[in-house]
Amino acid sequence: MADAVAKGQESAQSIPALLARNVARYGGYPAYREKEFGIWQSWSWAEAAEEIRAMALGFLSLGVERGDYIAIIGRNRPMHYWSMVAAQMCGAIPVPLYQDAAADEMAYVMEHCGARFVVCGDQEQVDKIVEIEDRIHAITHVTYTDKRGMRKYDHSRMNALEDVQAEGCAGHSRYEAELDKRIAELTYDSTCVMLYTSGTTGKPKGVVLSNRNIIETAKASSEFDHLNHNDEVLAYLPMAWVGDFIFSIGQAYWSGFTVNCPESPETMMIDLREIGPTYFFAPPRVFENQLTSVMIRMEDAGKLKKKLFDHYMKVARDVGPDILDGKPVSFGKRMSYALGNFFVYGPLKNTLGFSRIRVGYTAGEAIGPEIFSFYRSLGINLKQLYGQTEASVFITQQPDGEVRADTVGVPSPGVEVKIADNGEVFYRSPGTFVEYYKNAESTASTKDPEGWVATGDAGFFEEDTGHLRIIDRAKDVGKMADGRLFAPKYVENKLKFYPSILEAVVFGAGKDRCTAFINIDLTAVGNWAERNNISYASYQELAGHPRVYEMIREHVEEVNESIAEDPMLSGCQVHRFLILHKELDADDGEMTRTRKVRRNVIGEKFADLIAALYDGRDEIYTETEVTYEDGRKGSIKATLKIADAKVVAPKQMAEAAE
Amino acid sequence: MKDMNEGYVTADGRQIGGVIMEMKNITLRFGGVVAIKDISFDIREGEIRAIIGPNGAGKSSMLNVISGFYIPTEGEVFYKGIKRGPMKPYQVARLGIARTFQNIALFDGMSVLDNIMTGRLTHMKKGLMSQAGWWWTGAAAEEHENREKVEKIIDFLEIQNIRKTPVGRLPYGLKKRVELARALAAEPKILLLDEPMAGMNVEEKEDMSRFILDVNDEFGTTIVLIEHDMGVVMDLSDRVVVMDYGKKIGDGTPDEVRSNQDVIDAYLGVAHD
Repeated sequence: MADAVAKGQESAQSIPALLARNVARYGGYPAYREKEFGIWQSWSWAEAAEEIRAMALGFLSLGVERGDYIAIIGRNRPMHYWSMVAAQMCGAIPVPLYQDAAADEMAYVMEHCGARFVVCGDQEQVDKIVEIEDRIHAITHVTYTDKRGMRKYDHSRMNALEDVQAEGCAGHSRYEAELDKRIAELTYDSTCVMLYTSGTTGKPKGVVLSNRNIIETAKASSEFDHLNHNDEVLAYLPMAWVGDFIFSIGQAYWSGFTVNCPESPETMMIDLREIGPTYFFAPPRVFENQLTSVMIRMEDAGKLKKKLFDHYMKVARDVGPDILDGKPVSFGKRMSYALGNFFVYGPLKNTLGFSRIRVGYTAGEAIGPEIFSFYRSLGINLKQLYGQTEASVFITQQPDGEVRADTVGVPSPGVEVKIADNGEVFYRSPGTFVEYYKNAESTASTKDPEGWVATGDAGFFEEDTGHLRIIDRAKDVGKMADGRLFAPKYVENKLKFYPSILEAVVFGAGKDRCTAFINIDLTAVGNWAERNNISYASYQELAGHPRVYEMIREHVEEVNESIAEDPMLSGCQVHRFLILHKELDADDGEMTRTRKVRRNVIGEKFADLIAALYDGRDEIYTETEVTYEDGRKGSIKATLKIADAKVVAPKQMAEAAE
Repeated sequence: MKDMNEGYVTADGRQIGGVIMEMKNITLRFGGVVAIKDISFDIREGEIRAIIGPNGAGKSSMLNVISGFYIPTEGEVFYKGIKRGPMKPYQVARLGIARTFQNIALFDGMSVLDNIMTGRLTHMKKGLMSQAGWWWTGAAAEEHENREKVEKIIDFLEIQNIRKTPVGRLPYGLKKRVELARALAAEPKILLLDEPMAGMNVEEKEDMSRFILDVNDEFGTTIVLIEHDMGVVMDLSDRVVVMDYGKKIGDGTPDEVRSNQDVIDAYLGVAHD
């Protein structure tokens, strides 16, 4: 057994080596597909290997040296994936970048890694490089994939990627020996890729991942979900994101499955439907949008269809998840589900592009339990995983048959997870990153000498199931006055799952009970008001409407009930709340541009409101400064009501646990 | 003024050819109304030529004369040096002239793809009978060939995501782009655009400007456009004709036109004292 493992490692110590293995093993099977000019073009493993080799030869002719960094900026296209592998063949290190980054952000990263070569998707990306070229002196050559609009550029240090390939082919007898030598030099510890973390806190950091990290992770996770060469994925997430690298390169090369590239970002949904992937990853937002569009279309459907849909969706909710998990379900219910599958679920899955899906994952943020169970009840095996760039994605994931909306699963194979005293989650695995590039200080503060990495998230293992639950960012988790755990994000997420609540901010650190600010969602609540004949003139008026308060109170109380079931977090129930008279806005500094709540800013700005939440008043008059989009300032005056919400006594178990 | 039959090179390095079309003393009357009064100008191969002027200046009438839809009451039109007589629309199309309309003229119920395919009509040789016979008559091969051309245009104008969408469901800005696609499908020598940016927001205008420049650059198509947005006209065009009350009051590069006193008067009004 150990010998076999050792042999497996020996045979494929790098991505180029895996490519060669795949050519031998799956030569004629499709490796890549891309829709172009309305038709799916495909490349077998053998054809792809030829393209990649030609590109690598071309890179050598441009003078790529060992240890050079090659930046890749573009959307998901086979050419761009090939350029990464070609770079590795030359002993260079691919650095995929976010294509929607502004030139300045790109300049920082390019300077940091000192990229000498750049692969651009199209003219737009080339323009950014031209803009920053004067500042970044390292760049010696720029290549691009899409020739459109490029004719008038100065080509003394610029080439189309396909011309580079042609050049490589033409000079193959000169470069072949050198290329083979460089491929042979690659080891399990050579750098496979460098990925920059998005940098929500401070400057982006370059995460160095070795062949060992990528291949071990890809191997373990492929085996976990039994991926094989017949699987299909749709590559549509940013190439600079570690997930795409693991799915579209790591696992694809390990398992030999097909990577499909959409025609353009806008056609993603159409392409998804045409391909019908068997293995699919999407952030919760994608699933949410799909569900919303289904629901809206069903509202407009005819009576019979609507009735059929409602009936069978109820059946699906009752038994669907159990059938998927292989739990016992009565024959009658199974029959009913089968009928539903014929009339509703099958066609619906086909429309969504999920007909053939075997394994689906979501991660990145909390997914609403209703959304999650909607997909599961249709028979789509949607699961959650928890991971980060530094871990080559996988830290924990849910095994088939043990899937729930509120956990992130058990540690992935080969990953050790421990919880520190303050609740922070630590992990150690073969996928753990090598270092932050040129940043020994950050490396040391994140990864200890024994290889344990801090995630910055707080969580705990459920005692009976062994599943990990993430509750919040570790730095946001606090204690209440009586020492009970306070996890604001956990409560806020639960509140935000209601369509009428856009944002929620929960307070309670160091206090005896929790309170909350609520922001209503104008579209959802406006729609509701229209249906219930409630007239309103402004956001403020709607937000202060007694019936809106009533509705929100119901939501808060439901959330309290569900929190009470959790012994560790039952102290976080919301006792009092108010509905804010304005939307929290990035222009006013209350949120980040990525719509994350800035607690300290809100705490200072609305100090009077927070005080009122705790001193028992029923209403409070306030004036708030706002910044308009054009930068002018104004102020909003309002008298806000403060409402009480029922709390549920924590279960007896909680007392015992304390 | 530049020499008649020799081209010139623009500031951004494009080679402009000789005169491809020439209007000589064009006058157009509808009964007692004089829409165009004794106008002469030329269009050179590969250039972007704009016609501007206040409302009712006769711009669209002029475009209709260029396209051959109106026959001028007086004056002559020369195309590639040959005097042009009255023509049927299909003859115009065969000459390599395509146009878009001020108010969109697409088939609402048909998909974007089918609408653009109609632009290929002049390039289809097979008749009804052979199309009924389909593949063994070669009609299928012809269809494939035309579809390929259309797909290249779809790719060029970045409308892959609406390929199968009925045109009636599209927003205005996209309809305009589909119309441009249909005109391009005919592979025209001269492309006439009647207010391609009317009613668009800034972003749509930017997109459309980029496409017009790309069409001119990539396919070498000569473009004649009517447009109200002065910023757009001055940025895009190589030469501008200015009309007011059916007369030509200016002709030249954007800079020349901008400093022309008659043009300034027509646009800003003139003090009566």
